[in-house]
Amino acid sequence: MRYLHVPRPWYRPVGLLGALAAVLVAGCSGPYPQSTLEPRGDFAAMVDSVFMTTVYLAAVVFVLVEGALLFVLFKFRGKPSDADPKQIHGSTVVEIIWTIIPAVVLAVVAVPTVRTIFATAAVPATSPDGQPPLKVEVVGHQWFWEFRYPDLGITTANELHVPIHRTVDLRMKSADVIHAFWVPQFAGKRDVFPNRETRLWFTAAVTGEFPGACAEFCGTEHARMDFYLMVDSAAAFTAWVDRRHADSTMMYTGAPKHAADSVPLASMDPKVARGKQLFTTKTCVVCHSLSAMNPFKDQIGPNLSGIGTRKMIGAGWLPNTDENLREWIEHTQKVKPDVLMKGLPPISDDEAAALIAYLRTMR
Amino acid sequence: MATAALDPAHATSPKRSVLVDWLTTVDHKKIGILYGASAFIFFLIGGLEAEVIRLQLMKPDTHLVSPEFYNQLFTMHGTTMIFLAVMPISAMFFNFFVPLLIGARDVAFPRLNAMSFWVFLLGGLFINASLLMNAAPNGGWFGYAPLSSRQYSPGVNMDFWALGLQILGIASLAAGVNFFTTILNMRAPGMTLMRMPMFVWSVLVTQVLVLLSFPVITIALVMLTADRNFHASFFSYNVAGGDPMLWQHLFWVFGHPEVYILIMPAFGIVSEILPVFSRKPLFGYSAMVFSMAFIAFLGFGVWSHHMFATGMGPLADSFFSLMTMLIAIPTGVKIFNWIGTLWGGSLQFKTPLYFALGFIAMFIMGGLSGVMHAVAPADLQQTDSYFVVAHFHYVLFGGSIFSLTAGAYYWWPKMFGRMLDEGLGKVHFWLMLIGFNLTFFPMHFVGLLGMPRRIYTYPSGLGFDGYNMASTIGALTLGVGFLVFIYNVIRTWRTGAHAPADPWGGATLEWAIPSPPQEWNFAVEPTVTEKDALWAMKRAAGVKVLPEPPLVSGKGIHLPSPSWWPLFTSFGILIFMVGIMVKGETHGFPFGPISVFGVLLTAFSIFKWSYQPVDHPTSH
Amino acid sequence: MTAAVLDHDSADAHEEHPTSLRIDSRKLAIWTFIGSECLFFAALITTFVIYRNSHATGPGPKDVFEVPLVTAGTAVLLFSSFFVVMALNGAQEGNRKKLLLWLSLTVLCGCFFVGMQVYEFTGFMHKGMGYSTNLFATSFFTLTGFHGTHVAIGTLWLGTLLKDAYKGRIPPNKALNLEIAALYWHFVDVVWIIIFPVVYLMSLFAK
Repeated sequence: MRYLHVPRPWYRPVGLLGALAAVLVAGCSGPYPQSTLEPRGDFAAMVDSVFMTTVYLAAVVFVLVEGALLFVLFKFRGKPSDADPKQIHGSTVVEIIWTIIPAVVLAVVAVPTVRTIFATAAVPATSPDGQPPLKVEVVGHQWFWEFRYPDLGITTANELHVPIHRTVDLRMKSADVIHAFWVPQFAGKRDVFPNRETRLWFTAAVTGEFPGACAEFCGTEHARMDFYLMVDSAAAFTAWVDRRHADSTMMYTGAPKHAADSVPLASMDPKVARGKQLFTTKTCVVCHSLSAMNPFKDQIGPNLSGIGTRKMIGAGWLPNTDENLREWIEHTQKVKPDVLMKGLPPISDDEAAALIAYLRTMR
Repeated sequence: MATAALDPAHATSPKRSVLVDWLTTVDHKKIGILYGASAFIFFLIGGLEAEVIRLQLMKPDTHLVSPEFYNQLFTMHGTTMIFLAVMPISAMFFNFFVPLLIGARDVAFPRLNAMSFWVFLLGGLFINASLLMNAAPNGGWFGYAPLSSRQYSPGVNMDFWALGLQILGIASLAAGVNFFTTILNMRAPGMTLMRMPMFVWSVLVTQVLVLLSFPVITIALVMLTADRNFHASFFSYNVAGGDPMLWQHLFWVFGHPEVYILIMPAFGIVSEILPVFSRKPLFGYSAMVFSMAFIAFLGFGVWSHHMFATGMGPLADSFFSLMTMLIAIPTGVKIFNWIGTLWGGSLQFKTPLYFALGFIAMFIMGGLSGVMHAVAPADLQQTDSYFVVAHFHYVLFGGSIFSLTAGAYYWWPKMFGRMLDEGLGKVHFWLMLIGFNLTFFPMHFVGLLGMPRRIYTYPSGLGFDGYNMASTIGALTLGVGFLVFIYNVIRTWRTGAHAPADPWGGATLEWAIPSPPQEWNFAVEPTVTEKDALWAMKRAAGVKVLPEPPLVSGKGIHLPSPSWWPLFTSFGILIFMVGIMVKGETHGFPFGPISVFGVLLTAFSIFKWSYQPVDHPTSH
Repeated sequence: MTAAVLDHDSADAHEEHPTSLRIDSRKLAIWTFIGSECLFFAALITTFVIYRNSHATGPGPKDVFEVPLVTAGTAVLLFSSFFVVMALNGAQEGNRKKLLLWLSLTVLCGCFFVGMQVYEFTGFMHKGMGYSTNLFATSFFTLTGFHGTHVAIGTLWLGTLLKDAYKGRIPPNKALNLEIAALYWHFVDVVWIIIFPVVYLMSLFAK
């Protein structure tokens, strides 16, 4: 016979697998700012806790069952010449036992599961800091995030500022297709729909800047629909809100505030003044508002209040450097193909520089 | 040994060319081979798409392909692997082996069977033609509305998808009716339901799932097509209050049973292989049957676990969580019973057993991550992340593909009369096992670290880089593994050893007849007295291997006649669908002239088919 | 359509091969197909029930439905189920006259029902309710149109059998050809008995 049984050490390839795994672990070191395994808020911590319960149980089951399988492979190796083994057709007792054991294990998982489902379902009435939750309206757009604070009367985009220890009550919708709001260190995903409001909440336990992403496939640029969650101290948050209000005052009353806008064009830095004019003549103003207190809902383009000091541009994608901003303004379709910002009057390097100078005054 | 006189297929009917012979065949074995060959080519296309995806994701901020093309790639990869690879490769085994395993001459409706294949092939070619037009489907294999609506997907991309799946659905439903009837009604004398080989049971359960789930996706696709082409708004919120959630419910009422349609045949194949290579019957036959039926039944009550992130409310979340967990119980029983089958056996380490063991080991891991998804709050973190990608590849690749590969090595000698090379088979196995784990195990981690699915690239600095590099290396290893398989097939084709009728010491009826089987399968209808019919016959004869069965003339055996009409019917269906895509509407009448022509061709072909005589004796 | 292709197409149509369940494979297949069809209509009826009140733009059920006409159509379809039973009885007895009479009546009923639906749909168009006027209209037309297509296919199928019967090609030992068509016809009828109250009566008397 050509198909003779040739014994060979089975463990050799398995050892190779182990070596590869070691290389793998060594090659992947942090930091992991978008990790679900490092919760920074109550919602994510509850989820993490029930998840880890399943991981430990799964690890035990994994070792036992895969171990049993490996044991069988060692123990019951046969040769073609061997006599037929004892013909066993089953065992009712054994089968009942191994039906009951998984049922018990699952019951152990089911109890914390249901408890966590109900614990995470409703928004708490009060925050840990004693105040009522901060309401935020989230609007998903192809491909950026709009954030509105109805009680504060302000709007921003792609950078969600919240105070530490204040529960955030998110009411979410989409302006077009389905998206999903996901900031892994604080909460699980929640889809946003064009025709219904979905809710999500969390309370941040630490300050800092945390990345988030759209997690439901939403078209060409789904990969670049990111955002940042900015958890501020209570004082820093108040200061941020005040600055947003100041923007708006400037826009609608012309009252002199810190913004460059309050200065007459003639007395401005000529580059900034040119940028201000270009913002209108190049039609930027049609889709983008520079005011946080813009009364128009569902704007076409992201709100640009405070764009001069934002961390990122292009929906959490590019660092907000002059170079990136210039590239974005001049070659939007190259940087992020298919976004709505297309078919606009061409912008030269010179004009872009003026626009950037103007945008940098938006703080 | 076979002489012209003993080869009545060529001796009887008027001379037909090889091409005509294959185009008009109604022989379940030839149709099985046609399914296998086409599905394997689609599998290679889908695999190539996966390799490009992995190359694109190998490093952060890569621009190997455009975002638009990337979206086409992952949509086509998913659609191809599910509908054009795993389902039809399973269908190859259904076709070739169900009649042999139950001792029948053919399926209940051979011409309907041929039509199923041609409809499938034309549907698959139709969807893939979109790649040549640079307009491949780009809205995901799940086609969520409203992204899949005309407003947000203005090109023909999603028309190809919706109409292509519609065509494939017709093939699946026709095959479903056919195999359900065949298994219930065409069994050899004495083969009661509880004596059927486990693979046949798995096919029966699969067909029930097909028959009850495909109608739902058919209706959903009708509605999507109406939205896209006839100004309806079933799923478009902005026109008249349509609800995108309706699409999700309809899609997953189909979609969840669909994943069992992909895994059930794998269960069946492994349940055939393990007893043969442990030389010991399947442990707990009845439990295996009932656990499969129970999984299928529960499969219709868990669809919303794909929708936890939509915010259905705590009651619905709890219900679907618990229902999903219940499925782990019968699944666990299956795994334990497989290990029970091996326990105390005399394990013969041939290639089919390697892959079957790989299946069990990998499927356990897919099952465990599945239980993690059942925990609804945890699923809020996992869904639409790479953790899910890892999970379902452990089930569908580690599960289905490992098992189908095991089936290929196991049944190759019966199908083609030659033995695949054992050494190359084992190289294939180790490359596949290592490549598979290297590709998909890191995806668990990168998903938990926050990498969403379906993103064409990712920034560095989030800790994703190393894991993605590992996955890409693994994917290339997997590719090499399948190249070894292809080399093995080519070598076997040319120089492989001739297979005896029963190379493995088989337990079931297909090993009682020559390899490859003659056109009529069984010269004498077998009679079955107990489970593992062939083992029983060998025990009765007191031998380990029965003497090589002789080739016979088949004189007087009635076989179904070849027919052109199934092929023409299939073309009619294709033309109807193309007509919808090309021209939506004429003067308020929803179908254009091309569609009308398609309907007429279909109706005419079915009419002619109905009046064509069924069979001819093989010899006059 | 699947049902039609089962006609005359069975590898085990020979007496020497009794089937495992002692039931003809074509009959088993048509039952299987009917089981599958239930899910088609379940999905369509569910969708209609969800959207039946979505008629803010354009006419709603009370503006367009003509219940007397549809009641007549329902009655005709119900009677046709009785007629086809009589025809089958004739075929099994070898009574050609009986077969031809009742089968012709069945086919006529089918034609009447399809004609009724075409008339009804045309009337809706004139009342300003097109396919995409509102979601009520879309889901109504999709559901009843899908059912109407089934009636039309059934009528065609029975029509070809009528031609066979006329040529004397349905002797008693081939009565099964008619029986499986009759099974399909009964199913189409039963579905309408669900559609009629759910679509017409509930929409009219709700609210």
